[in-house]
Amino acid sequence: MSRHVGVIRFPGTNCEFDTIDAINELGGEAKVLWHGDSDPGDVDAIVIPGGFAHGDYLRCGAIARFSPIMDAVSTFARNGGPVLGICNGFQVLTEAGLLPGALQKNAGLKFLCRMEQIQFASTANVVGLGASVGDLLNIPINHFEGNYVCAKETLKQLEAENRIVFRYTDNPNGSIGDIAGISNKRGNVVGMMPHPERATSMLLGSNDGTSLLQSLLSTGRAPST
Amino acid sequence: MSVAPEDASVHRSLGLTDEEYETIHGLLGRHPNHLELAMYSVMWSEHCSYKSSKIHLKRLPTEAPWVLVGPGENAGVIDVGDGIAVAIRIESHNHPSAIEPYQGAATGVGGILRDIFTMGARPIAVMDPLRFGPLDDPRSRWIAEGVISGVSGYGNSVGVPTVGGEIVFDETYRGNPLVNVLAMGVLPVERLVLGRASGVGNLAVLLGASTGRDGIGGVSVLASAGFDEASQNADKRPSVQVGDPFEEKRLLEACLELLDEGLVTGIQDLGGAGITCATSETASRGGAGMDVDVSAIHSREEGMEPFELMTSESQERMLAIVEPGSLDRVLEISSRWEISASVIGRVTGDGQLRILDGFDGEVLAELPASTLHDDAPEYERPLSPPENLIERRSLDASSGPVDCAADLLALVRDPAWVYSQYDHQLFLNTVVGPGSDGALLRLRDPRTGHETGRALGMSTDGNHRWCHVDPRQGTAMVVAEAVMNIACVGAEPMAVVNCLNFGNPEHPEVMWQLSEAVDGMSEACRAFNAPVVGGNVSLYNETNAVDIAPTPVVGIIGMHPKLSNPPPGMTLSPDLTLVLVGQQPNENVSMAGSRWAWEIGGCKDGSLPEFDLFQTVRTAEYVTEIVQRNQVEAVHDVGDGGLAVALAEMAVHSGVGMHISGFDGHRALFNESGGRVIVALSRTDLESFLRETSNRGVPAQTIGNTGGSSLVLGSTINLSIDDLTRAARDELPQALGQGTVSG
Repeated sequence: MSRHVGVIRFPGTNCEFDTIDAINELGGEAKVLWHGDSDPGDVDAIVIPGGFAHGDYLRCGAIARFSPIMDAVSTFARNGGPVLGICNGFQVLTEAGLLPGALQKNAGLKFLCRMEQIQFASTANVVGLGASVGDLLNIPINHFEGNYVCAKETLKQLEAENRIVFRYTDNPNGSIGDIAGISNKRGNVVGMMPHPERATSMLLGSNDGTSLLQSLLSTGRAPST
Repeated sequence: MSVAPEDASVHRSLGLTDEEYETIHGLLGRHPNHLELAMYSVMWSEHCSYKSSKIHLKRLPTEAPWVLVGPGENAGVIDVGDGIAVAIRIESHNHPSAIEPYQGAATGVGGILRDIFTMGARPIAVMDPLRFGPLDDPRSRWIAEGVISGVSGYGNSVGVPTVGGEIVFDETYRGNPLVNVLAMGVLPVERLVLGRASGVGNLAVLLGASTGRDGIGGVSVLASAGFDEASQNADKRPSVQVGDPFEEKRLLEACLELLDEGLVTGIQDLGGAGITCATSETASRGGAGMDVDVSAIHSREEGMEPFELMTSESQERMLAIVEPGSLDRVLEISSRWEISASVIGRVTGDGQLRILDGFDGEVLAELPASTLHDDAPEYERPLSPPENLIERRSLDASSGPVDCAADLLALVRDPAWVYSQYDHQLFLNTVVGPGSDGALLRLRDPRTGHETGRALGMSTDGNHRWCHVDPRQGTAMVVAEAVMNIACVGAEPMAVVNCLNFGNPEHPEVMWQLSEAVDGMSEACRAFNAPVVGGNVSLYNETNAVDIAPTPVVGIIGMHPKLSNPPPGMTLSPDLTLVLVGQQPNENVSMAGSRWAWEIGGCKDGSLPEFDLFQTVRTAEYVTEIVQRNQVEAVHDVGDGGLAVALAEMAVHSGVGMHISGFDGHRALFNESGGRVIVALSRTDLESFLRETSNRGVPAQTIGNTGGSSLVLGSTINLSIDDLTRAARDELPQALGQGTVSG
């Protein structure tokens, strides 16, 4: 069970404490990992939370990928450690080359914050434990650059390798293939635009995000290779 | 130091009158030099000194046992129990937004957030009441689109959710939009800090962005004069500042860390009037003086003059007062957050504000710090009601072409296109967000993050139509509307902040409007036991010498004492009974001040409907209780547009139709009589509900049932929910955005 979760804080990150609260509520022990540190310490999973790392200046995630902690994240991921990038975290993972493709501006050229319905397209990953393909979830989005784009061959590969984790049921941002989240080949690195930590209580309108974070906590840290 | 008399044109060009110049002369006992004059001109500007409004603002009720900090500090602070305090403040950024909409709005958000973390609070919510010219005016659309993008671009990035606000379009704001921003933050009571400099030898550390030539004299040039045709354009643009939300985010986190570690004895944001204001305010509040070294200010460009450094309104800067022993740690934290920090001042004991070129260098200016504040002029400007007031009030606002169904389609508006551009969920507190009557935020302990089981209700409200017709009763109705909005989410009022947007104070009618509005607000705030803990006055809102309709905006905060489930909200299901609770207008009720009268009937005057403040207090208390007990299925305040619009909003929101009887004709459907709430409940609960309202002295009347797919209002209106939904949803995106929204 991955109880110890490191949540990365870049200057400009703003969802780190929401993510920590949501994880701790589920019995995990989450702590902040400062972007300037190169050692994540003893953690069983890493979350790159939402926000505007380095102000999203230049391009979302483009500066964050050079923060010292990102080398550690790459090593951790390569060794099979569970990594979840949420929203800005997804953008950082694509910039860092841990996930393919890129996130461009929403088709409507406006920031969008609202509840969206997404559907599990694959559960062979660290957020899919206990879920079934086709499961519908209500989870809010909160982004300007959430329009997923990749080369045609990449899309084919993602589909063939069962790496499309979520699709929107009513595409809000123009993402290719209605993609809301993808994983790496091994399934231990997941990036998603919707914010599961914002759907963890009926007081907030949905608790459909809980199972995703629970899955992350329940996923055993893969042995080092 | 030069004490040569200045050419008279200098003080006038800085916005000071000849009398004000003479006062400065008297205070100093000599002629001021150019730098001193520049400092007085910004501090004695209308924006900083409230010189025209102060005499009226004194009449507002400001005290209650739970008020920790009232008006006059950076933000009002109230004690909400459990050792938690709430800081709240509202401000205008009207004129900057008229000239450069995106940056004007963005820096408005940035400025108000600094006011909140200056008090030691982490800002957790923003609300943005926005008012623009008509949608058919291209320039007004450009301003609206830019302002909304600015709030979104800055607020989302800096990481504070925008949980509510207003969006209003009216001819009166053509050329002079109103961009008001409210911010709220929470803090442990013991961390409350004030903007005070004390302790001789303590250091004043300037934190954050470097100082540039942006916003020189913004308060005196922009905020304290109106617009004419020529000045709409380029010549005032250098006075608008440019915002950097990433700088603000790092500054915010660094300041909160400094406060957490107890490293500062006082802290002050730099807003209007820049370093002049921050150094003189902290010094005079602390009963101290300060030596300020202009050469130590980290600046954006070479060769800046001392007066530029002292009056620049560059954004994202704070002034922290620290003991010398804490300096190293302060610099360490600043460096970790990648923000610049310079020691620019030393606290002295003589009450003098000395501006120096190097701490041991030339004295560039020297004046008693307190004179910039305490001795600012206070004007009792002439006031008089409009000459034709009696005639205006005798007009009948109900005449005009009537097609109720078409009128309703024209009046319904869904603001989702606006608020979906704002992050309104960050911090996981938003139980009720924008698009509802009031916002409701979970209250968590800022020390532990643990839920308190309580929640804060918030709303911002203004109504220029009511206040044009009768600024006194109109303002009282605005306060009542705000109270009713948070009652609909179960919150009891605790405090009010106000943003008084008015025209040119040199016009006696405008001063009369202001005075009347203050009295109306005082009456209502006393009745609801909600003291005014802070505010902002924005004058000179005029274009080509035409004043805007008086627009006092209130922000309210209240407490829901026990939140276990989301409040009922406005979502209807079929087979419910609808009851209109509160003041029941008679069949001859006036339509004056209603949206129907202004936007369709074409009459802007008349006399407002009768308004029973104390009846409204009883209604609001009762509504709060039934919401807290989750005793009803749905609840919605009747506001802009009257009963028909409120019912249509519920129907559109739920996709459920209704049949209403007893309200035929435009007068019954669109009048804006105050203090009314629509409640939906199951038939089986109806009898006991009506018995209870009767016992409580709260009028209530059954008006219809829910069901079907049409909104049927007597024999007057029969519209499909689909048609209503399209009309409501598409108006703003079609006018301002990308056409019809998907879905």
